[in-house]
Amino acid sequence: MLLRHTPKEIGERKAVNINPAKTCQPVGAMYAALGIHGCLPHSHGSQGCCSYHRSALTRHYKEPISASTSSFTEGASVFGGQANLLQGINNIFSVYEPDVIAIHTTCLSETIGDDLPQIRKKAEQEGKIPEGKYVIGASTPSYQGSHVTGFSNMVKAMVDFSEKTETKNGKINIIPGWVEPSDMEEIKRMAKLTGVDTIMFPDTSGVLNGPMTGEYKMFPDGGTTIEELKSTGDSTGTLALGDWCSADAARTLDKKCKVPCKVLDIPFGLKATDRFVDAMRTVAGVSVSDELVYERGQLVDMLTDMHQWTYKKKVAIAGDPDHVIAMVEFLLTLGMQPVHIVTGTPGKKFEKRIEELTKDKGFEVNVKAKGDLFLLHQWIKNEPVDLLICNTYGKYIARDEDVPLLRWGFPILDRQGHQYFPTVGYKGGLRLLEKILGLLLDRKDRDSPETKFELVL
Amino acid sequence: MATSTASKKVQWTPTDVKAELLKKYPPKVARKRAKQIMINETSDGEISPQITANVRTIPGIITMRGCTYAGCKGVLMGPTRDIVNLVHGPIGCGFYAWLTRRNQTDAGADGENYIPYCVSTDMQEQDIIFGGEKKLALAIQEIYDIMHPKAIAVFSTCPVGLIGDDVHAVAKSMTAKLGDCNVFAFSCEGYKGVSQSAGHHIANNQVYRHVIGENDEPVKGEYKVNLLGEYNIGGDAFEIDRILEKCGITLTLTFSGNATYDQFATAHQADLSMVMCHRSVNYIADMLETSFGIPWIKVNFIGANSTAKSLRKIAAYFEDQKLIDRVEEVIREEMLDVEVAAREVRSRTEGKTAMLFVGGSRAHHYIELFNELGMKILSSGYEFGHRDDYEGRQVLPNLKVDADSRNIEEIEVQPDEKRYKPRKSEEQMAALEKSGMKFKEYEGLAPDMDENTLIIDDLNQYEAEKLVELLKPDLFCAGIKEKFSIMKMGVPMKMLHNYDSGGPYAGFKGAANFYYEIDRLLSSNVREFLKAPWQENPELTGAYVWE
Repeated sequence: MLLRHTPKEIGERKAVNINPAKTCQPVGAMYAALGIHGCLPHSHGSQGCCSYHRSALTRHYKEPISASTSSFTEGASVFGGQANLLQGINNIFSVYEPDVIAIHTTCLSETIGDDLPQIRKKAEQEGKIPEGKYVIGASTPSYQGSHVTGFSNMVKAMVDFSEKTETKNGKINIIPGWVEPSDMEEIKRMAKLTGVDTIMFPDTSGVLNGPMTGEYKMFPDGGTTIEELKSTGDSTGTLALGDWCSADAARTLDKKCKVPCKVLDIPFGLKATDRFVDAMRTVAGVSVSDELVYERGQLVDMLTDMHQWTYKKKVAIAGDPDHVIAMVEFLLTLGMQPVHIVTGTPGKKFEKRIEELTKDKGFEVNVKAKGDLFLLHQWIKNEPVDLLICNTYGKYIARDEDVPLLRWGFPILDRQGHQYFPTVGYKGGLRLLEKILGLLLDRKDRDSPETKFELVL
Repeated sequence: MATSTASKKVQWTPTDVKAELLKKYPPKVARKRAKQIMINETSDGEISPQITANVRTIPGIITMRGCTYAGCKGVLMGPTRDIVNLVHGPIGCGFYAWLTRRNQTDAGADGENYIPYCVSTDMQEQDIIFGGEKKLALAIQEIYDIMHPKAIAVFSTCPVGLIGDDVHAVAKSMTAKLGDCNVFAFSCEGYKGVSQSAGHHIANNQVYRHVIGENDEPVKGEYKVNLLGEYNIGGDAFEIDRILEKCGITLTLTFSGNATYDQFATAHQADLSMVMCHRSVNYIADMLETSFGIPWIKVNFIGANSTAKSLRKIAAYFEDQKLIDRVEEVIREEMLDVEVAAREVRSRTEGKTAMLFVGGSRAHHYIELFNELGMKILSSGYEFGHRDDYEGRQVLPNLKVDADSRNIEEIEVQPDEKRYKPRKSEEQMAALEKSGMKFKEYEGLAPDMDENTLIIDDLNQYEAEKLVELLKPDLFCAGIKEKFSIMKMGVPMKMLHNYDSGGPYAGFKGAANFYYEIDRLLSSNVREFLKAPWQENPELTGAYVWE
């Protein structure tokens, strides 16, 4: 047993978090910033933060992650990090020549009270920001929220670029939420099929799933361009996917440039995808393409055909709020029973939303925001499940409890595919369903006695 | 900015390369970096070039370095299996150091293994404002109630030092309250020092203060040794355990791969300390000698020849023919497989080139393995080394102690009143030294590098790409952050921090493993796949011929 010190009895814990289902804000800010074309994320703190975030993202994507740091020492922590940041900005523009530096703070720089807007102003005054180059900043102290809110804060900072001119651009902004580059690609494909002209921000497709060419590009071809970010202020409307990840940015843009927004769930699974496609169709005033209708039909076909294998199967799930909410809805569509549900990100509205979704479904649900994997594991020990959905850290529980694991979310450190194959949309729904069925049926094949072992399932 | 290795091959002199590396920097940065890039000239014996090391990282320059917390919790204390590591701070620092370093552990007969757990006080805004001491004390209590460990180690992250939580007082009062659980703390905030190295020193100090010598129950066995600075990445320590056991040598403590609390607590009973990664543990080796009279020697179990040499050193130290004979027998036996592996790969590895940028000792240790493969090291350096790691321990008295190093506590150690016992008489030590045994000494990386190679301290992303572009090595070795930018250029890359899920590479079996792994990497044919047929021959020169 790997987690041999996890008891079945659940005691009250007020102070200690064991095996977190979240990490800190800055890594989310770094991931979001990588979705701007030509952008170098910069961590304003001690160099360990930057090193850890780069390592985490590299392990997840198996791609180079460039980001710089203010490399605080004890002196900087006492006297403030302004000198380090000014020097950093100068060095970055001289050596790496990005179009944008996207700075996020850390618990260190926030605790000492460094003021990013003021430092940026000083950098401007001192001529450290070359003509045509930009510095944006987000406040992301690690003692608030989680990696999810860090992502959201950096996306909100991107709204700084937006400009409102006299002419509308006829486009729809899509804020995709913290999804994989493959998902962003898929959302763009669906919009294109629907005939909707979009600006997606951030957009990590083509940045974190790039090809091998024998050439290293520090700033790959993908990412939302500055021109696009500026133009978001002239769009017809904004679709914000994910309340936790995208709503703040969409509302800020609405306030700033009067671009109306609609906050939707991230389109994981049938129903959330339906709502997304319906919203796109409505805001753009177009009809849904036959191709998307066809793809939808395929997903409905497979979930009906395979219903006997998913029906009433119990699931434990840990992940980020926007992900988990949509996934719970999809599991219910499949007739499955998500019985243990945890997110590490704080927010009571998460629990409320899950309760609404699972109400009157005929089974009891354990749900906790600001929970951890230790608690999830204890719940599983008390009421075993047929499937665990979690990031890679779930594999320790999966092995100990002998439960199949669907790796989904962040980080995935030990399997590949998330960069390339989406789980959003109807196609993504098919992929999720294929994976879930594969896990359940492999398990059935493994556990069936010889007499019951069957060729056709 | 795009870099590739496909451009025309030019012969670069080391001076040219150095100039190229510095060309793009603002003047102040260039001046600083120039002192950290050294053209190796040691072999003529006359000039002894100096390198600047263990100095501040330049803000904005994309460094390979991590922080003090990473060095203390992640590297040194992380691998010990039966101490619960409690990270006091916001969640991130605990999260990132959770199972990411590949320290293998075996829960053993007692069944205690906390390595798969990430335990944190997950400080929130109100803890930062009102102080986190109460939450820390409660967290310690909760861990104790759930897991009943022998010891709990508390690690401070950045904000803790700033808000002034007295983690040591909390630890002390909780030790008293719990009775059978040793709680101790490390003030290893990330901003201290200039790299991981400061964290190593802090870990050494606290382990010495709170754990070493806590258990006087006699350790049984012959030839008792401590192995200091071996972290069991990919099972390295398990391979070394196997070899020592085969030789009949008793390992009191491995600091800290798969270590236990009791191993630390009884380490003062060993008769010899062997220092593997001197950068991270030379402090405690000194303290064990001063306090308890245990001499220390430098060993290296990376490379079959180094392993054999290290074993012979141990045997020579104990001056016991039985052990000397046994060690020779083991070496003979183990070398058979190593030689088979070397014969198998050598025709393909001979003359190939590599670059090594890793650690504070590792780059040096691995030179031996590459020598065994007949490979040439074009350039190397450390992420967090000090000058003595480059030039040898004899430079220690001449090191300038700057403000950043002064911030790291240097503890004064006195001989233990009851337990200090020199393991060898002065005459014996003198005789051993005369016969060539070197105590309290290690050589630097520079003497083992060829003349006119480049030794670079705190190499950064920009310089790494430039080096690869200019010198086109057959293999590049560094860490996870460097891995994929190098690979995008079509150059094979081996991670020497965590071995890319491979290992062990220590000891005899490890050496053979490493030979095969390098052979695999060098035979990588990725360049063949880079171009599609239509890119190789873009011109359409006629109609398609159907069969």
